Amino acid sequence: MNEYNYTKPQLTALLLLRFFTGWHILYEGIAKAMNPQWTSFGFLQESQWVLAGFSGWVTSNPSVLAVVDFMNVWGLIAIGLGLIVGLFFKVAAVAGFILVLMYWMNSPALVGVEYSMPVEGHNLIVNKTLIQAGALLTLALFSTSKIFGLDALIGNFKRKGEVAE
Amino acid sequence: MSDINENKQGTPEKENNNPQNRPGENKSGMSRRKMVKALAGLPVLGLFGHQLLKKRDYDLGKREAIMRELRLDEIKFPASDYGSGNNPGGDLLRVGIIGYGVRGNQLANSLGFMHPNDVKTRQERGTLDEWLGQEYLNVALTGISDVFDLHTENGMAVARNEIRPGGENAPKLPVKRYRHYHEMLEDPDIDAVIIATPDHHHGQMTIDAANAGKHIYCEKSVANTEEEVNALYSAVKSSGVVYQLGHQITQNVIYQQARELINRDMLGKVTLVQTASNRNTAHGAWVRHMNSNGNPKPGCANTIDWKQWLGPAPEVPFSQYRYYNWTLFFDYATGLIGQLFTHEYDAMNQILNLGIPKTVTSSGGIYFWKDGRDMADMLHIVFEYPNRELTLLYSGNLSSSRPRGRVIMGHDGSMEIGNTITINADRNSTKYQQAISAGIIDPRSPMVSFNPSSGQVDAVTSASERYYAERGLTTTTINGRRVDVNHLHLREWIKCIRDGGRPSVNIDVAFDEGMACVMAQKAYVEKRVVTWDEVNRKIV
Repeated sequence: MNEYNYTKPQLTALLLLRFFTGWHILYEGIAKAMNPQWTSFGFLQESQWVLAGFSGWVTSNPSVLAVVDFMNVWGLIAIGLGLIVGLFFKVAAVAGFILVLMYWMNSPALVGVEYSMPVEGHNLIVNKTLIQAGALLTLALFSTSKIFGLDALIGNFKRKGEVAE
Repeated sequence: MSDINENKQGTPEKENNNPQNRPGENKSGMSRRKMVKALAGLPVLGLFGHQLLKKRDYDLGKREAIMRELRLDEIKFPASDYGSGNNPGGDLLRVGIIGYGVRGNQLANSLGFMHPNDVKTRQERGTLDEWLGQEYLNVALTGISDVFDLHTENGMAVARNEIRPGGENAPKLPVKRYRHYHEMLEDPDIDAVIIATPDHHHGQMTIDAANAGKHIYCEKSVANTEEEVNALYSAVKSSGVVYQLGHQITQNVIYQQARELINRDMLGKVTLVQTASNRNTAHGAWVRHMNSNGNPKPGCANTIDWKQWLGPAPEVPFSQYRYYNWTLFFDYATGLIGQLFTHEYDAMNQILNLGIPKTVTSSGGIYFWKDGRDMADMLHIVFEYPNRELTLLYSGNLSSSRPRGRVIMGHDGSMEIGNTITINADRNSTKYQQAISAGIIDPRSPMVSFNPSSGQVDAVTSASERYYAERGLTTTTINGRRVDVNHLHLREWIKCIRDGGRPSVNIDVAFDEGMACVMAQKAYVEKRVVTWDEVNRKIV
């Protein structure tokens, strides 16, 4: 038993989920950062459903698009790093949940919504993006970073400070 | 739920209520064991970094193998001096625009002048700065001549607007309105003219402007008849003015790259070039007398100088339909040939130096737009270059927008050119046979792409990069900046006026293009094989 009262298998499973999700998000960010041609333009242009208007506004404003691209790339990298090393873990997981949910809301696999870009696999409403959003929400609620993460050190320093007062 | 009951505080108080004195703890009050646990993410991060480098090496290795195989590693593309911040220098050039319709207005924008309403729209859309950042060309728009009052007033407002590249230091000269273009040509205060009228004026206006000693930027097509092409060629040649034909498309940097890649014999022997136009709207088929809400566009016999508009064309009563839809009638234009094939010809001529074909045949008809037009809405033209052992095909269609690319086909590979270049190896290529069997080159997917926004040749390695490479861009990118191609084409013309040199679509290039187009029109109208007599330099 540990401070979260997880059993060992539970803790292991949560850690695996955390590393897998963090790894994937980190590489999504780094791959974009390493490709000078990358822009969210193509993705946002395909946007359908409730965020289509917002995405249209972004793609029609080159300066806004540049900001969105920058925040997306470095946001992904920061979230991925936060998840893997367990630093500001809850913030990272919640931010990741919101970001990934926004990806899904831009291109949900709804009936009757079609895309010109090829989609991986066969999806009906639920696709891998939505599942990843679910994973991030779960991770945010079942934190492991105060045992296996730099948050443990931060928490410790904080407590040290409190004690000294 | 009970056994996964998270302790909300997440603090180890139960086991660590006296942090200072517990054995096995470091200075921060933490056991070594806990410290090691807290760093659990680091090995994962290390593994990630290791795999990332491995992937990068693999991709670079693959890219380098293709680059070496194709000798692309040695390739050097000419750098552009655009946006280097140099003052254009020289004297201020005073420009007049003849024909201030939609196209005239676009060219004014590219020259650095914009209507106050359009400035406002751009401001709202956040694209004004991009336009204001356009290089200042040290020109003043000082004259407007149009047969339609509304167009002239529009042009005057554009020329007078002081919000423009070059800022407050840009000179503010008075703007003159000329009722007839001859008055503009006679005015010593005009140095150069931009001709953006319907095509039936291009020949005579170019001749008149050259004789008046004005430099000329003329929209395509060159002229509608063989006589006009000959006459304007002689006039421009003997006057010494700088002539540029309005083919902004080749200012897209990828054309220089395409030429460079073909000169390196990447495609092997090129025998077939395929070009096409694919449109499927009324506007695209040049039915343009109604505005978007279904009402007739402005203009009547009182506001349009009809006699001047007709110019050298046969006399007919005033017709608003003809005024807006002139492209449909052979009295004013050569249809798809003059409007769209010219661009295709220019694109391929810039890359392959095609010149005038030996023979031209054509077929087609009016299959879809039964509105009394002369021009074909389905048109196929075959240009033979027996000396080059090459055929140029053109197929224009106004009732289907299915894309058919612009493709140069060689024995070893084919190149498709849009706003990007992609090259595929031919599966039966002699040259790439070894590389194909060794798995370095896959003939099923592009082996090389060039995307102007990346500024370099890419050996394509991933599906997503390929996807983005195929996406079109509306502008070209130079030194990391998006630049309007019309602006570049005008800039080149102005630079040649100022510093000497020949623009890319100069009078000799325009002569060849003009003749090729006249041959195509003759072949379609006369339903026969049209031949170029090289000795007597005439069409037979």
